[in-house]
Amino acid sequence: MKHSTIEKNGSILLVLSLLVVTIGGIVEIAPLFYLENTIEKVKGMRPYSPLELMGQNIYKREGCNLCHSQMIRPFKDEVERYGHYSLAAESMYDHPFVWGSKRTGPDLARVGGRYSDEWQREHLIAPRNLVPESVMPGYPFLMQPLKVHDIKAHLIANKTLGVPYTKEQIDNAAVDLVSQANPDSDGAEDVEARYPKALVRDFDGKPETLTEMDALIAYLQVLGTLVDFSTYDAKANLR
Amino acid sequence: METYTAMRAFADSWGLLYMVLIFLGICVFAFRPGSKKIYDEQARIPLNEETLNND
Amino acid sequence: MDPISTIAAAAAALLAIILALYSSAQAHDTVFAVHMMIFAIAGGLTLFYLVRNCSFKKAKADGPQMYDDSIVRYGVIATLFWGIIGFAVGVLIASQLAFPALNFDLPWTNFGRLRPLHTSAVIFAFGGNALIATSFYVVQRTCRTPLAFGGLAWFVFWGYQLFIVLAATGYVLGSTQAKEYAEPEWHVDLWLTVVWVAYLIVFFFTLLRRKEPHIYVANWFYLAFIVTVAMLHVVNGLAVPVSFFSSHSYAAFSGVQSALVQWWYGHNAVGFFLTAGFLGMMYYFVPKQANRPVYSYRLSIIHFWAVIFLYIWAGPHHLHYTALPDWAQTLGMVFSIMLWMPSWGGMINGLMTLSGAWDKLRTDPILRMMVASIAFYGMATFEGPLMSIKAVNSLSHYTDWTIGHVHSGALGWNALVSFGALYFLVPKLWGRKELYSLRLVNWHFWTAMMGIVIYASSMWVSGIMQGLMWREYNNEGFLVYSFAETVVRMHPFYVIRALGGLMFLIGGVIMVYNVWRTIRGEAKVDQPVSQVITVGA
Repeated sequence: MKHSTIEKNGSILLVLSLLVVTIGGIVEIAPLFYLENTIEKVKGMRPYSPLELMGQNIYKREGCNLCHSQMIRPFKDEVERYGHYSLAAESMYDHPFVWGSKRTGPDLARVGGRYSDEWQREHLIAPRNLVPESVMPGYPFLMQPLKVHDIKAHLIANKTLGVPYTKEQIDNAAVDLVSQANPDSDGAEDVEARYPKALVRDFDGKPETLTEMDALIAYLQVLGTLVDFSTYDAKANLR
Repeated sequence: METYTAMRAFADSWGLLYMVLIFLGICVFAFRPGSKKIYDEQARIPLNEETLNND
Repeated sequence: MDPISTIAAAAAALLAIILALYSSAQAHDTVFAVHMMIFAIAGGLTLFYLVRNCSFKKAKADGPQMYDDSIVRYGVIATLFWGIIGFAVGVLIASQLAFPALNFDLPWTNFGRLRPLHTSAVIFAFGGNALIATSFYVVQRTCRTPLAFGGLAWFVFWGYQLFIVLAATGYVLGSTQAKEYAEPEWHVDLWLTVVWVAYLIVFFFTLLRRKEPHIYVANWFYLAFIVTVAMLHVVNGLAVPVSFFSSHSYAAFSGVQSALVQWWYGHNAVGFFLTAGFLGMMYYFVPKQANRPVYSYRLSIIHFWAVIFLYIWAGPHHLHYTALPDWAQTLGMVFSIMLWMPSWGGMINGLMTLSGAWDKLRTDPILRMMVASIAFYGMATFEGPLMSIKAVNSLSHYTDWTIGHVHSGALGWNALVSFGALYFLVPKLWGRKELYSLRLVNWHFWTAMMGIVIYASSMWVSGIMQGLMWREYNNEGFLVYSFAETVVRMHPFYVIRALGGLMFLIGGVIMVYNVWRTIRGEAKVDQPVSQVITVGA
């Protein structure tokens, strides 16, 4: 085939261009789904509880990921500042990933448990009251009630995509959503049983209502706390 | 690890050769003898008359 | 349009209205309800237009064939309109980083929601309209044929504007997939897919019915841009909606796979939307404005194949030192560095088109704008490979350096070459002898230029400074700065950056004024620009 033929024939040009641009993508992306060592084998990762999942949705809705990364790189200063470098396994249930690409604010991959719920709430409402240097917007409107049309549908959508929610978790999603922010409720213990290490607290200091603040803080407080690093073997997972 | 090593070896040898050949192929096509005249013509396409109906 | 297609189109619009109204009533959330209402209104407007322009008279006897320039005129105006909005929102969010009180702490005005509004407005609304308008112009001229499927072309134009409105309203109301440069939710993505396929059909079939034996190289770039963006958009957009009446969806891929797919998309949004498409612009408008054929047509062919082949691999350089496997990171780095060569081949090709006519740069501010854009293309495609080197990236990643890099490319290359193309087009499209004022073009050029330089340099300084502060240790082996301490030091640079952006916006406003007066058919009696320059120098 002569190049002049390509120059003259639009269809060949179209097909060849498409072929050329597909190769790179296939060679680069496809192996990630097959190579076993893409994601480390770690203990402790579990799907998000309904409240945490809603919290992550609020995190995404407000574009938190545009200023905060969730990906600690394996450098001395980052590990010292933020904690153990991030593992691929830690975001395996994030559809999509929220690693971020800019740190206008600090990394949040392991922010869970670093601050109290009260600090998080006050900081989200008026950041500069607690951190005068901050340029973060305030989110007082997160104190509004959490509106979820059908929490079960959210879990089912995730399950369709491979997140291993059990039938029990899906059936009880609506109860779990409310119970996690209300330690006195009947369902509180069940949440902890269904979602190990889940925090069952009144996150926003407003026990009577389930707010968006509850969800977001529940999510923030669980970030980076799930993997059991005492059983993590870095050498075996060298890539 | 084995799949990875095998793929890696393939990419380092045959994959590289394949890409070099493709690149050389493109260059040979572009610089093939006699192409100059055709290309000069093509390069003038935008400078030809603009209206539809005077050709 | 003939009666049959008019009736078909009207039926489709009616069906769309009914579906949209039903979905709006069933919606599970506000965003979906609003969006379906917008769909219904758009359908209503379409129907109204079709009925009003319905004519059952016989089609006119074959008159002289004409280029479809009306759609290009609309495209030019849409480009300018969205450009000003995009630049203005950019200035606002830049100011928010300098003065956080400007967030107003309302859901609709916070940085996190306005940032995607800015990026989408400038890339997809401003850049996208510039690409659609110029591609329709170029493909007709270089193929010497009117557009294939003229009615479908109008659907592409208005459908694309509808996509922009849906995306923008979605962001402000908090609807996002949280994937950079691919934020719109599933229902908006689907709509864009329909529009984009229509765009491909119009462009491709116009190519097929050309009267030139050869396909001019600018069209290759446009075609590769259209088809690749279609592929990227579809694969990266794969998602499972929570319900067919919910605006929320979960992306098909998760974690590390989703990261690679997203940056394969994200980097090629740069590579094909912002590079290949705009190179098509360069390969047509620079020769036109300089009135000389492109320097080396052979080089342009090598440029084309090398660029489209190499770009597609470069994505992983956005994920250096992350949990992405090392082999993928290295692959991304190697291909990014290789990209430097064809990019500079293209730059040289563009610049050398002026060889033997360099004097035109002194007298022609439009050409100067185009040449400056090519120079910025060269700079950005040098800086990019540099930043893809892992050692450099370890410093630059997560900092403002990236933002500076993106803007020297986007403002310097994409915007300037679009401005140049628009200045070339406006008098031609509206049948004016020349622009209202070349002096104002000169003013636009220098304000924009100053703005870009101020923007990029302030971001270099703040980015590198913050990167270094994050990793600075004292003699006792402790980190010197807390994160908050590094934030304070960014303030002056954020102020300077906002000013740079403001200058660029002012340049845009000057352009709008100039174009408006040109369209109205006025011409200002300027001092010749060459004299102005001499006096200035």
